[in-house]
This record gives sequence, C-alpha cells and structure tokens, in this order.
Amino acid sequence: MQRENNRAKLLTRRAVLLGGAQVALLATLAGRMYYLQVVQAGRYVMLADENRISIRLVEPPRGRIVDRFGVPLADNQLTYRVVLVAEQAGDIDSTLNAVATLVPITDIDRRRVHRDIQRKHRFVPVTIREDLSWDEMARIEVNTLELPGVSIEQGLTRFYPFGESASHVLGYVGAVSEEELKQLGDDPLLELPGFRIGKNGVEKAYDLELRGSAGTSQVEVNAFGRVVRELAREDGIAGQEIVLTLDMALQDMAARRCQAEQSAACVVMDAWTGEILALASMPGYDPSNFAALYDSMKDDPRHPLSDKAISGTYAPGSTFKPIVALAALEAGVITPDTHVNCPGHYELGNSVFHCWKHGGHGSMDLHNGIKHSCDVYFFEVARRVGIDRIADMAKRFGLGGKLGIDIPGEVAGLVPTTSWKLAVKGEKWQQGETLSAGIGQSFDLVTPLQLATYAARLATGRVVLPHLVREAGIMRQPPGEAKIAFPALQVAAKDVALVLDGMNAVVNEQGGTAYAARITEPGLQMAGKSGTSQVRHISQAEREHGLRKIKDVPWKDRDHALFISLAPVNQPRYVCAVVVEHGGASAGGGSVVAAPICRDLLREAQKRDPARKLPDHPFGPPSTTVAQG
Amino acid sequence: MALSNSFDFGRPQPSFAEKLRNINWGLVLLLTVLAGVGFATLYSAANGSWQPWAAKQALRYGVSLAIMLGVAMIDVRFWLRYHSAYVFYGVAMVLLLFVMLHGRLGMGAQRWIDLGIIQLQPSEVMKIALVLVLARYFHGVPPEEIGRPTRLVWPLVLVLVPAVLVLKQPDLGTAMMLVMSGGAMFFLAGVRWWKFAIVLAGGAGAVPVAWRFLRDYQKNRIYTFLDPESDPLGAGYHSLQSKIAIGSGGVFGKGFLQGSQAHLSFLPERQTDFIFTMLAEEWGLVGGLVLLALYSLVFIYGFAIAFRCRNQFGRLLALGITVNFFLYVFINIAMVMGLIPVVGVPLPLISYGGTAMLTVMFGMGLLMSVYVHRDTRIGRFSESDG
Repeated sequence: MQRENNRAKLLTRRAVLLGGAQVALLATLAGRMYYLQVVQAGRYVMLADENRISIRLVEPPRGRIVDRFGVPLADNQLTYRVVLVAEQAGDIDSTLNAVATLVPITDIDRRRVHRDIQRKHRFVPVTIREDLSWDEMARIEVNTLELPGVSIEQGLTRFYPFGESASHVLGYVGAVSEEELKQLGDDPLLELPGFRIGKNGVEKAYDLELRGSAGTSQVEVNAFGRVVRELAREDGIAGQEIVLTLDMALQDMAARRCQAEQSAACVVMDAWTGEILALASMPGYDPSNFAALYDSMKDDPRHPLSDKAISGTYAPGSTFKPIVALAALEAGVITPDTHVNCPGHYELGNSVFHCWKHGGHGSMDLHNGIKHSCDVYFFEVARRVGIDRIADMAKRFGLGGKLGIDIPGEVAGLVPTTSWKLAVKGEKWQQGETLSAGIGQSFDLVTPLQLATYAARLATGRVVLPHLVREAGIMRQPPGEAKIAFPALQVAAKDVALVLDGMNAVVNEQGGTAYAARITEPGLQMAGKSGTSQVRHISQAEREHGLRKIKDVPWKDRDHALFISLAPVNQPRYVCAVVVEHGGASAGGGSVVAAPICRDLLREAQKRDPARKLPDHPFGPPSTTVAQG
Repeated sequence: MALSNSFDFGRPQPSFAEKLRNINWGLVLLLTVLAGVGFATLYSAANGSWQPWAAKQALRYGVSLAIMLGVAMIDVRFWLRYHSAYVFYGVAMVLLLFVMLHGRLGMGAQRWIDLGIIQLQPSEVMKIALVLVLARYFHGVPPEEIGRPTRLVWPLVLVLVPAVLVLKQPDLGTAMMLVMSGGAMFFLAGVRWWKFAIVLAGGAGAVPVAWRFLRDYQKNRIYTFLDPESDPLGAGYHSLQSKIAIGSGGVFGKGFLQGSQAHLSFLPERQTDFIFTMLAEEWGLVGGLVLLALYSLVFIYGFAIAFRCRNQFGRLLALGITVNFFLYVFINIAMVMGLIPVVGVPLPLISYGGTAMLTVMFGMGLLMSVYVHRDTRIGRFSESDG
C-alpha cells in the first residue's frame, strides 16, 4: 500500500511537471498569436490585401474622328463575341457542335478554342467567334439555357462608316507591336491585351489624343486569379474627339471619282485656310478590316496601302509651266508679250525637242503658251531663265519639300538644281535638262498635296500650308474677313495675275486645253492647268514608227494625267489637284481624264461652301450614319 | 488464479445508472462546444454552407459522441483483462501493416483504409492504442523495478515499432506524436531524468541518420520552416499564406464568413489541418485565445480526472489521453503559426476528418471511463501478466 502511494505521489509530481510544461507550451502559442495578430498584424493585413486585391486597367473609349460638320468617320461600334467558360461547359466538343448549329465555326476556331482552354484557367472565358452579327448574337442568346458555359460578351471595335472613302486620311488601328511598345513608352494601356493604337493617318498622328487615359478597377481575386467582385472603380478619361477639316460629302465624291479610275489621288483644299476638304487616294482599303485585307493588298500594283495623295510622286508635267513662267517674269527674261514661234519642235544643239502638238502652235505669247500648254514656248522660256531660278520659284510654291501635313507618310518630292545634280549625280547640269524642266519632265517630282498647295498659293498669294485637323473652336470665315495667318508669298502679284489669266484661258477660252472640262455655272468657273507625266521615255524609234494607240500601251506604261485647278476664277477660294496614274498615253491626258474630276469637285465644293451652308449636310444626324454600317 | 484475487478488492462496481450519473457531463458539454466551433468554422470554410463539410462533421460528432459514452461505460478494468489492451494495440498494428503493404502492392502511398462510411487511418488508432498499452504495462511494473533497464525494453519496442512504421508512411507528424506521448508515459511512470537525457542525446546523434530517411518533401518542409519566405510560391506557400491569414485577422478578426485568405482560396487545406488559421483569421486573437482556453479546460479536466483516480492504470491512462490530446492541439497550432514545420496533424474536434474525430472521442471515452470508475481500486497484477 505504501508502495502504491509512493507511486501515486511520484506520478502526481511528474504530472505536475508535465502540466507545467504544457502551460509553458500553451503560453508559447498564445505569445505567437499575439506576435502574429498584434505585433505583425499591419504587415500581414497588407500582404493579405496584396493577395486579394488586383488592379485592372479599364480601357477608355477611343475618341471619335468626325468631319467638319460632325459626321463620324471613325467610331466605336458595339460588337458581340461568343465565349465559352470551360469549367461551366460539359464536353467542349459537343458544346462547340451545339454552337456550330447556330453560328458557323471553322476548324481553325475549334483548334484555337481547345488551345486557349489548355493554356488558361478553366474559368477564363475563351472566345469562340468574334464579330457576330445581330442575328447570330440573338440566336445564341435565345439558346443559352441549352448551352452551358456559352455566353455573349460585348466589346468595342473601331468602325469606319465610310469604308475606304477616307481610308488614307483616317488610317486604321491595330494591336501594339513589340517595337511600338518599346517606342511609345510607359502608358500602361499599351500592354492591355487586345488594346489597339493608331497605325496610320489621323489615327496614328493623333493617337495620344484619341487614346484617352486608362481607368482602374480594383477587383478582389481569389488564389486562382478569378475575379470575385469589384471593390472600386475609377473610370479613365475617354479619348478626345478629333474634328477634321474634311467635308465628308466632298471626300466621298472625290473618293468615288478616283475609284472610277484604276489608281488616282486627289486633294481639295480651302486655298485661304489650308484646310483640306477632301484627300483621296484610290484604291483604298476598308480600315475596319485592315488586317484581313492586308495580304491581298500588299502586292497590288495600284498600291492601295500607300496614300498617293501625300506620298505618290510624279513628274509635274505641264502643271509646272506656270512656275516656269513666274520665274521668267520675275527674272525679266520675258514679258507677257514676248513671242515664241512654235513649229512643233525646238532645236538645241544636236537635239530636237518636240512639242506635244505635232504641227506646232505658231506664234505664242505667255497667255497662249499657258492656254495651249505649248511646249516649245516653255522650252524657250526655261532656257532663258535657267534651272536654278525655276527651282527657286518652285520651292516658294511648296514643291520639293514637306508641307507638314498632320498625318504621317508625307514625302518631300524633288526640285532639281545644278548643285543638286552635281552633288547627287556627280554630273553637270545639261541645258537640255532645263528644257525638259520647262515642261515639268526633268527630275522634278511632286505629290498631289504639293500640287494643291501650289495652286492655293497661286490663288491667294500666301504661303498656304495644308492641314487636316481643325483647331478646336475656330470656325472658318469667308476669305475677305478671314484672319489670314499665312504670310505673303514673295512673288509679284501682277505676275501671278498674268499666270492666272493664262490658267483661266486653259479652261474657259475656246481652244484651251481643258475647255471641255470648264464649269459653266456663272460665278463658279475654275481656272486650271493640265499636265501629263511621262512614265516611259518615248524612244526615237517609236516616234519614227508613229506613236502606238493608247489601247496598245500596257496600263503600267501609260502616262499619268494631272490637273491643278482653282475656283471661282475671279476670287479663288478652293483649289483641287488630281493625279490619275497611267491616265493617258499622250499629251492631253490631264485635260481629258483629270480635269473633269477637278471640275466636278470644285463645283461641288463651291455649292457646298460651308460659309453659306454650314450645318446642312446630306448624311443626316450622326447616329443614323453609324447604324447604317 | 491470483489475477482475479488482485482485482477483487475495492468497492463493488457501480450500477449502470450510477455510471451514467457519474459521467462527467461538464466535459461532454465542453467537447460539444469545441465540436460546435468546428461546425461553425467548417460552415464558413464552405463559404457559408453546411455542405460539404459541416453537416457531415456534425453527423460524425454525433456518432463519435455515442461511441464515447459507450466507451465511458466500459469498466476500466476491462482493458487489463484478457490482454485486451494488447489486442487493441495488436489490431492497430495489423491495420498499420496492412496499409503499408497495401501501399507497397501498388496502390500508391495510402494512409487509410476505406471502410465505406469512414476512411480509417490506422496511425490515428495507434495513438490511443499506444497510450492504452503503455498504461497497462506501466501499471504492472512495481515502482522499484522501473529503474531496471530491462523493464524499459518492451515498452520501447511498443513505442518505436509503430513510430517507425508511421514514419515510413511517411507521416512525420504522427510519428512525432507517438514518440512524444510514449515519452510522456515513460516520464509519468517514473523513468529517471538522466535516461531521458541519454535518449535525447542519442536522438540528437541520430538526426543525421534520420535525415537520410526523410523524403524530399519532408526535407523541404524543414528547409521551408527554417526560411519560409525563400520560396513563397512553392514549398513555403502553405506556411506563408497561413501566417498571412492569422496575422491579418488582427485582434478581433475579419468576422464570420469574412476571411479573405480562406474564402479566396489562398489557404490550402482550410477545412482540415489549417482550420485554425481560418478561425484565427475570422475571429482574430480573441477567437484564438478563447479556443486555447477551451482546450485548456479539457486538459484541466484530464489532469483533474487523473488526480482524482485511485488506480495507477486510470491515472496513467487519463494523463496519457490528455497528453495525447494536448499534442494534437499544440502541434497543429504551432505548425499553422509557423513555429514548427508543416506536419499532418489535425486540430482535434475541429478539423474535418472522421478517424481523428473518432479516435479523439474514443480517447475521451477512456478518460470518462477512468472518471466513472475513479474509485475502483486495481491491484498491480503479477509480472507474468505483462
């Protein structure tokens, strides 16, 4: 018994020790709790929030691009896509089959769906097909009960209601490339999947303004990244609306007129303000669908991808003659009454230079030289004035340099001088080349935009510069009252008047090269100058065999047809330049092919004169315009 | 037989009704409160739903409670007769071997036997069986003989064989628990301090050897324990996320059903081994301390029952059960708070799981049985019975 009691005492002693150890250990636990939940609580609260809160960018709606009257040219369109959440769908293939009975799905779509499901979390929606039509969307919506995991998502895509009409002005949008990501810097939006930036035209030039700035959405996510709920949202700033100088009615007309030709470009400008009312280059592309069209366009000989109005360069041909005349008048080497006899050809040393008119024009003065576009007259004038003074005059009219239009892709063209030839070609300038320059057929290269600007400077006597985006808030005023921002052109006004007189005769006097293309409405008459830009040198052999008929010449070897014009002739307000690529095989193409386009556009421009008919435009309110697409 | 003689002195056995009255209903209430905390936490773990865990757990508690009361009614001497403690231990051992062989036979590493209604984990059963068998053994050792090394060989075998088997499963946490509760029994039985010192020294010497037997993931857990933030997305993820959850709970917690770490799935195993984390996240320091206090009451009951008991077997059994229960609580909470490496030990009565619930309640049944039969005197039987 005593032994038992001793044993019990020993056990009790030891149990007390054990209990003490347990108390110590429990105290450790409590201490640890205190440490984690009180001492370190702040840190762990932060870490828990870092775990659960994720900041997502909210894409701001891209700014619209509208014409001068507010007609939307680039807008955001609600699009529908059908998506699949793998974890909610049963069998992926049978679900896809069910969807396929409602909307067409390609095998490529199927493969992509399977691949995306493999790669992503099973709760992430995977796109089955984008750009559903309203009907397709409705068919899916009606059947969602039978399609577990399938749903419709909305998105905004860039939409261009006028298709290719203004494609080169507007440009297009596309996904951000790696290079662009490096160049464009640190806007977090750029890294947003599916984010699109302007790739060309106004979309590119004004991308920052159009883009807006990102909003943020604070969301609670679980450990797998699934969004549980939105905690806070800060909307971004929507992109700004860009108001263009374009008059979409005129633009559309210009585009359609150019489209009727194989390949053509045209620019209509307000001569006093430099506002471009229409700038078309055809063929174009539908910017809404650029990526899909790209492959078919990139090898097209008509170059739908390039904006020929600002980047196509052409020998100016006879449209250059007014500049040659102005240079000569300024130099004093001719007077308006200087007469040159045109026998149909001009001899310089051993070379013979032909006039476009086989039998010659007879005695020509300045007025008639321009009116008939007599080559021999301008051979003589050019020879007298010399290439460098011609080049100087050409540059004053905006040729041979960039004009700083506010869309990318403009090229400088070329105005040759003696020193240019020495520097670039390493050869001395030949006098024969001066003669060619006299009729715009030497090394000179001009763009349709430069031709229009040149016409505008002739029309106003101001150093007009073109632009496409209106400055906010300034409405255009009639020329008389306009605050004329452009400095005066350093050319004698009386000389310009003489040249314009000739250009008036070109169109409005019987026998003028473009008489057939005159505007007959009183007060709206235009003046102009045609030009033909030789694409292929005509060999002596060909001359001897007689020129081929136009239909025998391959399209790409035919000459370009050019025309510059301004109207109304008594108080010029609008200018128009047109280049029809390969539009004529022989002299006169400019008058026959290009001049009628100028005539129609200038007549329309005057009839639509925004100073008189400001809010009245034929497209109706902007909302209905969008819906028609 | 001398055996029956030695059992028969003492007061007559209490009647069934007396026994029922003698049951420590306060302890039953306490256990039910703890289990209730578990149901609430599991309800929250399922984002405010009785499915899939809380309802099932409640059902299990009901069954386990009945079993506990049944066990409490069994005369505590039963475990000394017919070698029944050894039989129990033997059954646990066979199950343990069965699981091991089953795993060997190509079923992959399994720790449980699927009995349909319950997935029985033999290692859990062994925790109780070991306490029972050691209590029986040490009950039979005269106090003057406890100093003999030969007397310690057999109980060491009883502890080490299942511990090694469990370690090979591999289940470091349970193996640790077996060794520690075994050690506690040795200590309570009066084994000298210096012998523990020798074992500890030997254990320390064996660490490099044991290290080689550890699986890679176990080693990783130890590495991770030593530097949890070195690999926050890999091996350290559990530990780090658990600490974030507990720490972010603060003093008063985020509120019931409001634990962001738990509900957004950042907490792994939130319904089983890491359930304390969730509780501490939603109820804060206050909730954690209340839970510790509830558990402490269970320990106090255990000690009180042991001290109140008039026989050595009952005392050893009660203390063994209590220590075992304590080890569950301590190892689990210390693990989720990053005090010890991550091991697979559930939080008793709260973690979702059948076997743990069953064995814990079976143990509590034994504890109650000791209380019900507290005045029963049991003579130390002769050595030959051991």
